[in-house]
Amino acid sequence: MNRFHHVPALPIASALVAALLLTTTYAAPAQQQQPRLKVGALHVGSINDNGYNQAMHDGLVEMQANIPGIEVIEAENVPESADAERVMENMIQQGAKLVFPQSFGYLDPALNVAKRHPDVTFEHPAGYKLAGNLGTFWSDTTDWEYLAGIIAGKNTQTNKLGWVIGFPIPNILTAINAFHLGARSVNPGVTTQVIVVNTWVDAAKEAEAVNALADSGVDVVTMIVDSPAPVVQTAERRGIMSIGFHCLCAQSAAGENWLTGIGFTWGPLFTKFATDVINQRWKSENVVGNLATGSATFAPYGPRVSDDTKQLVELRKADLIAGTLQVFQGPIYDNAGNLRVAAGESLSGDDLLTNADWVVEGVSGQLN
Amino acid sequence: MSQFLFAQVQRAVSNTPLIQGLAAGAIRSATSVLYASLGEVIVERAGMVNLGLEGCMLTGACFGFVVAYRTGNPFLGLVAAAVAGGLFNLLLGYLVVTRRANQLASGLTLLFLSFGLTALVGWDYVGKKIDGLSLISVPVLSDLPWIGPVFFEGDVMSFAILPSALLVWWVLYRTRWGLAVRTVGESRVAAYAAGLNPERIQYEALVVGGLLGGLGGAHLSLAYARVWVEEMTAGRGFIAVAIVIFASWHPVRAIIGALLFGGAVAFQLQLQARNTAASPFLLDMLPYLLTLLVLLLWGRRRQYQAPEGLWEVFRGTH
Repeated sequence: MNRFHHVPALPIASALVAALLLTTTYAAPAQQQQPRLKVGALHVGSINDNGYNQAMHDGLVEMQANIPGIEVIEAENVPESADAERVMENMIQQGAKLVFPQSFGYLDPALNVAKRHPDVTFEHPAGYKLAGNLGTFWSDTTDWEYLAGIIAGKNTQTNKLGWVIGFPIPNILTAINAFHLGARSVNPGVTTQVIVVNTWVDAAKEAEAVNALADSGVDVVTMIVDSPAPVVQTAERRGIMSIGFHCLCAQSAAGENWLTGIGFTWGPLFTKFATDVINQRWKSENVVGNLATGSATFAPYGPRVSDDTKQLVELRKADLIAGTLQVFQGPIYDNAGNLRVAAGESLSGDDLLTNADWVVEGVSGQLN
Repeated sequence: MSQFLFAQVQRAVSNTPLIQGLAAGAIRSATSVLYASLGEVIVERAGMVNLGLEGCMLTGACFGFVVAYRTGNPFLGLVAAAVAGGLFNLLLGYLVVTRRANQLASGLTLLFLSFGLTALVGWDYVGKKIDGLSLISVPVLSDLPWIGPVFFEGDVMSFAILPSALLVWWVLYRTRWGLAVRTVGESRVAAYAAGLNPERIQYEALVVGGLLGGLGGAHLSLAYARVWVEEMTAGRGFIAVAIVIFASWHPVRAIIGALLFGGAVAFQLQLQARNTAASPFLLDMLPYLLTLLVLLLWGRRRQYQAPEGLWEVFRGTH
């Protein structure tokens, strides 16, 4: 019978799939001279996603431009599993001495590989464990969210702001809170509505979430999902304003309704890591950038942001850097009416990013 | 103060009633899934199951976007998407019709192949901006209260939902080819005895189904999200297969299934936007619960049963 003819089909098809996946793991052309440093980087998605991964990639490109004779090996779409270990091992075999496993889920695989290769340095984003040869880095964008909130609060006509988020996790709730507090500081009547889409990567669902927000009267929308493009594009189509996140390049998806965006600028930090490795000065530590120390910035303003608003943002930014203004300055009540920060006190630091499970009064959504 | 008053006025203007937002959102979310379901109705009527439909949609979404981006013409994108979807199913046809490979395994294998293929082809196009299928407002009619924004505002593909379903119904039930497809789906032996060529008809059904599946995918990348993102179909292909069962292999009933799915997606987002207390996790299960319910209610009724040929697929005797 013909029944057994299909038997080789599966292995052959699997091999084809594997071959296709492997072709996305490519190496930069080998140089004639020995490079000063080979750097390996793993990305969980595509490096031109207009979002998280592109911001990481742009940082590596800037690092490469800053340090002559450095070579970068990048791998995209690497699953957060044992596959990541294999890709890292492969990069180390090719001579990589500095490895960036650029996704949260690579932490444990990276720690395993780091143990086997004490001569290789690892830098992991947002990690919560260190090793002798594995450091972590992140950028706390809380203050930037506050400033973005000021712009939103100044520009909204309906006094309704909207968020599209993947999941209600602590650092995102803190971002929403900071954004709302910024908006409220210039517009006491403002409310913020959050939609949880339960995915990082469903473009159509994100688009529909923006439609739903627009239907309910929201006129400024922002997001934390992998790629800001669907949200920004749909906002443009609905004629409501948008504020991007992750990558400064999100602006390319927008038009005249773009206000601004928060984007990571990893270039200087990655340059420092690479320089330290070359000069054998690298130390294992947890580096968290903030408003003053960098690693994030605003994308250029859209035409709707007035000069007055821009000036106000500069003033508040100076206050935040000087410490005369705190984002979480009491009294702050949560949206259930509980006092979260007492009058005269303020909240800051790691706790907000890792433990927050509440949203401030004026923010609503199904968040727990 | 004047700014505050102004804000109040604007707010009244921009608020859309829940029902209206829900209906418009349901149609938007349903469109891509409906085209894929219509294609799958034809395929399953011909006695096959395409579990790779998700991959067929994804291939259409990818190639449609690439061509629309490169030519600047979304309609060329639609053509490319249809061709890509058709070719995808042609490949499945070679496996399951000519080689008689297991249909379920072949479909799933092609699905995974499409993940890699579209990631590779679409690599340069992630996050690129296109104008996509334009929003059309029918003059006068779109100004009608309530129904105007729901039925007379949209893109070409959402306007064509009903005509497409009726066309597929007409083809299946009023043409010689449709009769041939249904005959093959009930019994290849009987079809052969009647002088038909079952293999050719199954190939034809697969290609037509693939055209529609590719178009469904293209609605996501050209009209709805208007971006290309890897694996952007996010399970809609499987939902389309479920809708075919829900619709008991009937193209017009597939509209109801697709709208229920689209409605469930839009409903939970609209509820969240209006801060109504309902768990989004629970609401996310709604379309699947409805499908289960229909399967339980209609599963044993003769008139709603699967084409006879499909049983062979599941028994492995095909």
